[in-house]
Order: sequence, then C-alpha cells, then structure tokens
Amino acid sequence: MKVSGESLVRIENLSFAYDSRPVLQGINMEIHRGKVVAIMGGSGCGKTTLLRLIGGQIRPTQGAVRIEGQAVHELDQDGLYQLRRRMGMLFQFGALFTDMSVFDNVAFQMREHTDLPEDLIRDLVLMKLHAVGLRGAHGLMPSELSGGMARRVALARAIALDPMIMMYDEPFAGLDPISLGVVGQLIRKLNDALGACSIVVTHDVQESLHIVDYIYFVSEGVIVAEGTPDEIRASSDPWVHQFVWAEADGPVPFHYPAGAYRDEILRPSNVKLGGAHV
Amino acid sequence: MFERTLDSFRGLGRRVTDRVWRLGSAARFFMLVLLASATSFRRFSLTIREVYFTGVQSLIIILVSGLFVGMVLGLQGYDTLQRYGSSEALGILVALSLVRELGPVVAGLLFASRAGSAITAEIGLMKATEQLVAMEMMAVDPIARVIGPRFWSGVISMPLLAALFSAMGICGGYLVGVQLIGVDEGSFWSQMQASVDFRDDILNGVIKSAVFGAIVSLIAVFEGYDCNGTAEGVSAATTRTVVTSSLAILAADFILTAFMFRGA
Repeated sequence: MKVSGESLVRIENLSFAYDSRPVLQGINMEIHRGKVVAIMGGSGCGKTTLLRLIGGQIRPTQGAVRIEGQAVHELDQDGLYQLRRRMGMLFQFGALFTDMSVFDNVAFQMREHTDLPEDLIRDLVLMKLHAVGLRGAHGLMPSELSGGMARRVALARAIALDPMIMMYDEPFAGLDPISLGVVGQLIRKLNDALGACSIVVTHDVQESLHIVDYIYFVSEGVIVAEGTPDEIRASSDPWVHQFVWAEADGPVPFHYPAGAYRDEILRPSNVKLGGAHV
Repeated sequence: MFERTLDSFRGLGRRVTDRVWRLGSAARFFMLVLLASATSFRRFSLTIREVYFTGVQSLIIILVSGLFVGMVLGLQGYDTLQRYGSSEALGILVALSLVRELGPVVAGLLFASRAGSAITAEIGLMKATEQLVAMEMMAVDPIARVIGPRFWSGVISMPLLAALFSAMGICGGYLVGVQLIGVDEGSFWSQMQASVDFRDDILNGVIKSAVFGAIVSLIAVFEGYDCNGTAEGVSAATTRTVVTSSLAILAADFILTAFMFRGA
C-alpha cells in the first residue's frame, strides 16, 4: 500500500484452502494506521475468508497475518483474546445479541472486559450510540430495529472499547441509499476519530470510492488490482473497469464453471442432475 | 450389482465413522464445558437466569403431567392391589414408582422436549446469525458465557423438577386413591412413610434426575453448538436433541437402576 503512516496490519504471502480447494493464494497487503482500506471482489472470491484470517478465526495454510509485528496464527487463545480486545468487527447482518436490548449490546464488552462502574458504562454507551445517531433507541430490542439501524447499533458495539483495527464485513449489503450513505460516512468518521485502521470488505464500489484511502481487488483468491480511488477510477485494467462500471461483459465470468451448454440440454432426460428434491 | 452392494457398505461405513467422530466431538466439547465451568460459576447470575428459562418455565408441564401420572397410578394401582386385598399399600406403590422411576424418567423426557429443544434452537440460531462468532471476536468465550450456564442450569433444574413431579404425582395418587376411591387415608400415608427410604429411594431418585439433567443439557448444548447454521440445520439439530436425549435417558435409567437397586 503506497500511503504513509505506521503499518498496523501486514499480510505476507497468505494462502488458505478449505480441504484441497484453494481460496486465497499468495496475498500481500500492508495497512497503515489512520487509513481505510477496501477489499473488493465478486461474491465467493475469498474476501470474508481474508477477514476471518485477520481476526484469527481460521489459520492460514501458508504465510501470515501480522498485527503490530505479531503473527496472529501463532497466538494461543489468551493471546488471541488479548488481541481481539483491540479489534472491532461489524458483521454483515449486525450479529446483535437478540436476547439483549440495544443498550446491553453496546455495554456487553465493557461489562465483560472492564471493571468500570455502571454509571460510567451508561455514559459511555450513550456516547457510542450518539456517535451512530441512535441514542434514542437504547431501550429497543434488536427485533425492533430496521436493517440499517441494526448495522449502526452493531457499529456502536464494535467501537465500544475504542479498537485499533476495525473490520467491516459487507457493511453496505441490503441497505437503502440513505442508510448506505450514513454507514459509509460513519466508517470514515469513526476511523478518523479513533485513529485506527479500517478494513472494509465490500462489493459496493461507488460508496467505497468515496470513503476509502486504498482499494485491493481480489478475484479467485489473488489480488488482481490495487490503488487509490483516483487510480482505480482512471484504471484501464479490463477487470477493474468491468467491476467499477458494473459491466456484464468482461474478464469476470457470469457463469459458474460448467460443461458445454449443448451437451447439458441434450443429455438424456433419465440422467439425474444434482440432489434436488423432485 | 456388486458395485451397488459395495456402495451400500461404503455408506454404512461412512455413517458409522461419522457417528464415532460426533461422539468424540461431544466428549471433547463436554471437557471444554467442564474446563470453562469455573468462569460460568464466577458469574452465577447467568446460570440463575438460565435456571429460570429452563426450569421455572418448565414448571407447568411438569406439575400437570405429574398430577395426571399420579392419578393414573392411583387408578391402576388400586385395581391391581385390591385383587390381592392389599389396597392399603397404594401409598407405597404410588410413592416408590414415582420417586424411584417415573419422577426422574418422565420429568427427564418432558425436560428434553420442553427445555432441551429450546436450548438447541436458541444456540443454533445464535450460531446461524453469527452471534457466537461475534462473541468470540469480542474476546468472550461463548462456551463459558453461553454454553456453561445453560448446561449447569439443566443439572440444577432437573432434580428439582423431578422432585416436584413426584410430589404432584403423590398428590394425584392421593386424590384418586383416598378421596375418590376411598382407600384409608391413614394407611395410605403411614405405609408410604414406613416404606420409602430416604437414601435408597429418594436420594437415588435425585441422583438419577441430576444425571438425566446433565445428559439432556449436554446433548442440547452440543447439538445447538455443532449444528449447521441454516433453517434446516437448526430444525434437524432440535429433532436430534429430543430423540437422542430420550433414548439416552432410558438407557442411562436402566444402567443406574441396575447399580442402585440390585440388592433391594
């Protein structure tokens, strides 16, 4: 990554495979403090797997994710939990605890990891909720929230302990245009306020180009392009062009790999396909 | 033909291997739950909260079932005993049947259906909606925070529920035997008091119900934690909890009974 600042996350020659199916191959990245980085690519290209590797949920088959120089996969459970206290993650659908109110969700980490008095926790929770514009919703249950509100509450929960690394898994998926813009601006503002680094996994190109400092494009497990938003907009790379301008034709195939269409259609009707219940 | 036979053998082998793997996973999971129990107990309010959801909210089904089982025992017991002129022994029959067997076993089966299935569904849905992963990413161990309290709530609730089931059953037997049929009230209570031993009968019944509580809770939390995080996966896990728990209770009952009452 060609931007200045202290390197917080360094990904070195990272590979990962489910059984023998490779998902990521030879990924190299460097993410600096204060920066917002987007990882983009089509569905199933390995973006979320990359976030899970950074969070230490899975172990790489090769290479390493280093956070402040420490290889994540070499940490034991205590070490990993110490590291995760300094990380925040926003899940695609919020992953709010459905048996707790909005207030208790945001207070969860403070109560688990600190000995702060309840009065102080109350103030901190209201501050976090105010930052995402939902202070008035502190008494609601997750089932009473819209998708956009749930995402914002989850964001308030993720920043509860002022993390140094924020990870966002598809933060814009399924949001209406207003919520999408609000969440996008929050990601940028919170990152700047926390002085953290943010990793946004998304396929929402237009919103990301407005808020991020650098973009990596991943396809079939490898980085196919990278650059600042301006470089990406100006890129003549056919892959980037197709993705940014949402074109149907280009190097990204529309069809999942399959045999010849003619052979499939003309196959005898008694040959069973898949495991569908008919 | 040969290939088809071979395929069926392969399928059988695969199913057996899967079962053994799952059994190993459950044993490992049980160890993790025990290891995390210290953390669960340090915050006992979490366990108490689960005792409310699994135990207190099962009270209605347990009490009503206990009453009816006791009433049926009263009717059936009187019908059999009066043939031998021993209808005064109805109190003993009702009490021993309930305290030794029916209380722990039927309460265990009801607990598996009411609370076990709810625990599996809750944990399964938490997994499907990424709540467990979110907890891990917040550096909170879900086994200590979510699984441990639910497991121990079952172990604590079951003996209490079984005791209440037996007490209600005895009341049901009394209502039918004494108030409805007319068995002598003094004989009903005095023979029960003379023949039911605290250690051999009541304590063994409590031990049984605690073991059943542990079995049901372990199966329920394991199935929820291990399920496939889809609608179909949660549904299958819930069914497996009820079926496996019920069979496990009946098998464990036979083994425990063989050890506890072999000389009696």
